[in-house]
Amino acid sequence: MIFLLQKTLIYAAPLLIVALAGMFAERSGIINLALEGEMIFGAFIGAIFARFFLNNGIMTGNIQMFFVVILLIAGISGGIFSILLSISAVKLKADQTIGGTALNMLAPAIVNAFALSLFNSEKVQMPANFSGYVIKNPELGPIAQIFGDKAYISTYIIIGLFIILSVWIYKTRTGLRMRACGEHPQAAASVGINVFKMRYLGTTISGVLAGIGGYAYIATVANGTAESSVGGMGFLALAIMIFGNWKPLGIALGALLFGFLKCIGPVSSSIQFLKNLGLPMYFYNIIPYVVVLVVLALTAKKSGCPKAEGIPYDKGMR
Amino acid sequence: MKNFFQDLKQKEGFKSVCASILCILAGILVGFVVMMILSLFNDRIGLKNAFQGLGILLGGPFSSGTAKYIITNLGDMIFYAAPLVMTGVSVAIAYKTGLFNIGAAGQFLMGTMGSLMVALNIDTTGKPALGVLVWILAVIAGMLAGMLWGAIPGLFKAFFNVNEVIVCIMTNWIAANIVSWIFSTTPALINSGAGKSGYLITTAATGNGTPKLGLDRLFPGSYIDIGILLAIVLAITMSVILTKTVFGYELRACGANKYGARYAGMNEKKNIVLSMAIAGGLAAIGGAIYYLNPGIEFKFDSAYQKLPDYGFNGIPAALLGSCNPVAVIFVGLFIRFLSIGGDNLTSAGFNKYIADIIIALIIYFAGFSKLFRDLLYRKRKKAETAEHAKHEETPPDKVTTQGKEGEAQ
Repeated sequence: MIFLLQKTLIYAAPLLIVALAGMFAERSGIINLALEGEMIFGAFIGAIFARFFLNNGIMTGNIQMFFVVILLIAGISGGIFSILLSISAVKLKADQTIGGTALNMLAPAIVNAFALSLFNSEKVQMPANFSGYVIKNPELGPIAQIFGDKAYISTYIIIGLFIILSVWIYKTRTGLRMRACGEHPQAAASVGINVFKMRYLGTTISGVLAGIGGYAYIATVANGTAESSVGGMGFLALAIMIFGNWKPLGIALGALLFGFLKCIGPVSSSIQFLKNLGLPMYFYNIIPYVVVLVVLALTAKKSGCPKAEGIPYDKGMR
Repeated sequence: MKNFFQDLKQKEGFKSVCASILCILAGILVGFVVMMILSLFNDRIGLKNAFQGLGILLGGPFSSGTAKYIITNLGDMIFYAAPLVMTGVSVAIAYKTGLFNIGAAGQFLMGTMGSLMVALNIDTTGKPALGVLVWILAVIAGMLAGMLWGAIPGLFKAFFNVNEVIVCIMTNWIAANIVSWIFSTTPALINSGAGKSGYLITTAATGNGTPKLGLDRLFPGSYIDIGILLAIVLAITMSVILTKTVFGYELRACGANKYGARYAGMNEKKNIVLSMAIAGGLAAIGGAIYYLNPGIEFKFDSAYQKLPDYGFNGIPAALLGSCNPVAVIFVGLFIRFLSIGGDNLTSAGFNKYIADIIIALIIYFAGFSKLFRDLLYRKRKKAETAEHAKHEETPPDKVTTQGKEGEAQ
């Protein structure tokens, strides 16, 4: 049971931060379909730096500090990658769905091309002596074990960031302005808010968070090995955002639920009860996606979707 | 003659072609920059290789060395283009109805499963006539599976008002898992040969592969079969349906303005579901004609991990072709042309993924191809006004008719 809850947290953390990333973009009025691509790109750049630092012995004294720095690098690179989306969606008023799809195809292509050219493999692997970022405290009590044993510092950082940013978007002036741009940009502009600036800000924050989520995912699930896929986590995060009705509390709930559903597949072979059921792994893989569809069908009619999302800002429109 | 060119410039289609060519050129240019960056990071390749790589990419199959390889690669280019044309037409049909079919990958897989289930389960070795019949049945089975799968996002969109993009993405992953699951339970269809793990047997073993009709003698050594002819016929059929029938008009009306279509008495829900079902069927035929070729093996055990590229590459094919099914044929061939050039890149020290980067960039640019069009248009308008200033007697009605045309579009 504790093992399952630990695994749930590991899968929920990246989903939480990436779903929040989607929320930031959509609340400012841009559909960020490129979350998956931003995750892949952030994870890739993070892994390159991690490999470089480890090979040259830079900052390897404290592995947790090292992890935080790499997460920061992954976040920055995700933010830089998202500028491609901002340029097309905000500045050039392109179709946001197509722009996002293009970035989702571009990120894996870049990863494959560069990884194969630089490391002679389609993956960026960590050096053999690298033992991972996991924090082990097996002597803790059962409840504390869920959070303290086999845990990752990224989970705490993500929870912290999630709380700070949720308060920020609801309680500060800039946050309120950003949300206004997603609901009615012309009205926002009429009181002197720079819609373009707000949308750039929303998409860039979104990219940074997605980059952090991307590296957090590969660091916790794949021991830091980056490749051209994050297994559909970005799209699942997008669905969680819709499930959470574009609100932080709903997103947190959704991330925990889908983190649980998503981790059942990989762990089903090591839990006796599930093993006895004899269902194949594919069945557990399908569950989260089917649940998303059912939930969407039930909730879509009364959705809290930002009114102006996906519509390029046109000053002259009323 | 000058008049002819001026008329040509006025045409909406001509503007689209120009914009698409600009997108492609921009994509190739950035791809070239990527190669230059790669050559800086890698000691084995220099800046010279980047120029060599550009030449190889632009040469496509013609940069494959000897004449024998060029002909083989040309045949392969045509073979690989057929499924791409199908997924491209699939995305185009949905786009005309105002839907973004990003689910072509899942529909492609469902088509693969439906057709292989029929073809591989019926052994027709030594009975060529029966083989052709089973082949036709297999394609139809694949198409039906894809139509059902494609109808799901349509139903969600029409009756629950759920964005089709998110439903398509979810159904893609569900399809990928279902395909891996179903084939893992059919040991009779799994290739148990030495060194084979996770592959199905091919239609070469059951004798009902796609007929070749002598095309393989034209391009010896390649996979080519009549799949491309089927793709061309279907694309033209779709084009006729869209432009010449009441049903096609209704689809386009729903895409142009859903509320307007409903006001005019059209059943927009029915049209959304039908459009997605047709799109699903077309993408599925792509999967069927690809994997029914006797030379192509389906690796089912990793299908659930990665969605097929054909599904996503249909998007650039449709967008570059301005969602015109006939134009998609040419764009599909062109994209495969680039990809074969990408495969040849190893001789310059790069890898095939450069072509993927260029294709992704082309979609990125196609997203704001309207901007390219506006740029072209503005330049011409400026030149026109300058000409008007020169010959003041020229009647200005040309400009007004143009404005009306623009509105009608």
